[in-house]
Amino acid sequence: MSLSKKSTVIVENLRKKQMRESISAGKRLDGRSLDEIRPIEIELDVIKKASGSAWVKLGNTEVVAGVKVETGEPFEGLENSGALIITAEVLPIASPHVEPGPPDEETIELARVVDRGVRESEMLDLSKLVLVPGKIVYTIFVDCSVINVDGNLLDATSYAVVSALASCKLPVFEIKDDKVVETGKTQEPPITTLPISITTVRIGDYLISDPSTEEEACMDARLTITTNSKGSIVAMQKGLKGYFSIEDVKSIADKALVKGEEIRGKIKGLINIG
Amino acid sequence: MVQSRSLIDESGKRTDGRVIDELREVKIKVGIVKNADGSALIEFGKNKIIAAVYGPREVHPKHMALSDRCVVRCRYHMSPFSTDTRKSPAPSRRETEISKVIREALEPALILEDYPRAAIDVFIEVLQADGGSRCAGISAASVALADAGINMRDMVSACAAGKVDDKIVIDINDTEDKEGGADMPVAYMPNLKKISLLQLDGELNPNEFNTCLDAAVRGCLKVYEIQRSSLIEKYFGDEKDMKE
Repeated sequence: MSLSKKSTVIVENLRKKQMRESISAGKRLDGRSLDEIRPIEIELDVIKKASGSAWVKLGNTEVVAGVKVETGEPFEGLENSGALIITAEVLPIASPHVEPGPPDEETIELARVVDRGVRESEMLDLSKLVLVPGKIVYTIFVDCSVINVDGNLLDATSYAVVSALASCKLPVFEIKDDKVVETGKTQEPPITTLPISITTVRIGDYLISDPSTEEEACMDARLTITTNSKGSIVAMQKGLKGYFSIEDVKSIADKALVKGEEIRGKIKGLINIG
Repeated sequence: MVQSRSLIDESGKRTDGRVIDELREVKIKVGIVKNADGSALIEFGKNKIIAAVYGPREVHPKHMALSDRCVVRCRYHMSPFSTDTRKSPAPSRRETEISKVIREALEPALILEDYPRAAIDVFIEVLQADGGSRCAGISAASVALADAGINMRDMVSACAAGKVDDKIVIDINDTEDKEGGADMPVAYMPNLKKISLLQLDGELNPNEFNTCLDAAVRGCLKVYEIQRSSLIEKYFGDEKDMKE
């Protein structure tokens, strides 16, 4: 059952007031402008046992994503597509407010929203990942572990998944005598586009991009918009118990397209793909 | 997203005979669960969904209570017989996420400060699913909350819009959701003019997105009229009869 939450991160009223004043003057407490995204660092192939991996830092938020490939049955209704499964876990090491245990609704939302962006953009051409139509397909797992929490897990996790997938080398499987065998060879993943998510939050009357933990503790509503390389919107998710006006939503979408293109260029440069 | 057949024919009719800006038939019946403080049954096309509200009531366990406002608990659940293939009764990840976004869509309309240390429980049970169940669930829950006499700033009306055969249509049905291009559920507070739920699956270019958002809001306004008349029917139905 979904329950209204007490905020775990408490920000003093004085600090909140300071944040509001600072934002209304066009500058955030960490010195960023309202739509400025924190520096992104990406380290690839950090996990040699995975087919692809990425350690992404978005400011102080850090996420590791790893790609593992197996073969299995296709999903029901998607008999001629490879299976893609994206998971996320916020590790207890990541913040004093995280407790071990089954994923809470926020973590489930995190994994599902990141998955939605990758799936709906058709980043991977899953039709190319079929071994025996209707019977055996590639099953691609992208598992994410949040290592340190400082706000905007949605975008950081999304960038980690996209980087790990775009840079992975898929093992080549073959069917021999009705059995699946691993050939030891690898192939490039069938990448069609780079989906980029941009999260914008409303604090009072102001819209800010890429919130930190402290800003998240003060935000009224959140909107995540994922765009593809063609400049279309492919997924959205509004979060929190606040609201947006129609104009807010349209201006956030415009911004997400522009910022998304900027980040896409940056990530392409960092992971060295055309 | 396999576009195997045409979902809109030459005369502009959709798979279920509707035109692009037409809602499925919507019926709302208020107060159908006797034990609940407020309830509503919504029939939205083939969707059949009951929303029941209990509260404001004491919070258990007590440490969940908030000293300055009321907590809202929300459960969206699909009955095992509600879908083509049986759905396991255990809550799925999809239901967990939907419970969360529905709660977040309803909360801005509720004046929670009026009920400190209390809880309002919203239960949404999908008896039969036909695409757009989260929107129908929100619309029913909002009516049930009003029926329970909870202090509210506005109604919450919900409707999806989306892209089918490259056309923007409102109120996506099950087939269009599975085979069409994009699905965008929206919840809207019609008097405050604010959006409290917004999701999107599928590709829309910036122009299509703007058209789609406006179309969804128009759909929400149509739903709002039906919500309104369902409440008038329950609370003022007799008076209307007397005048006539």
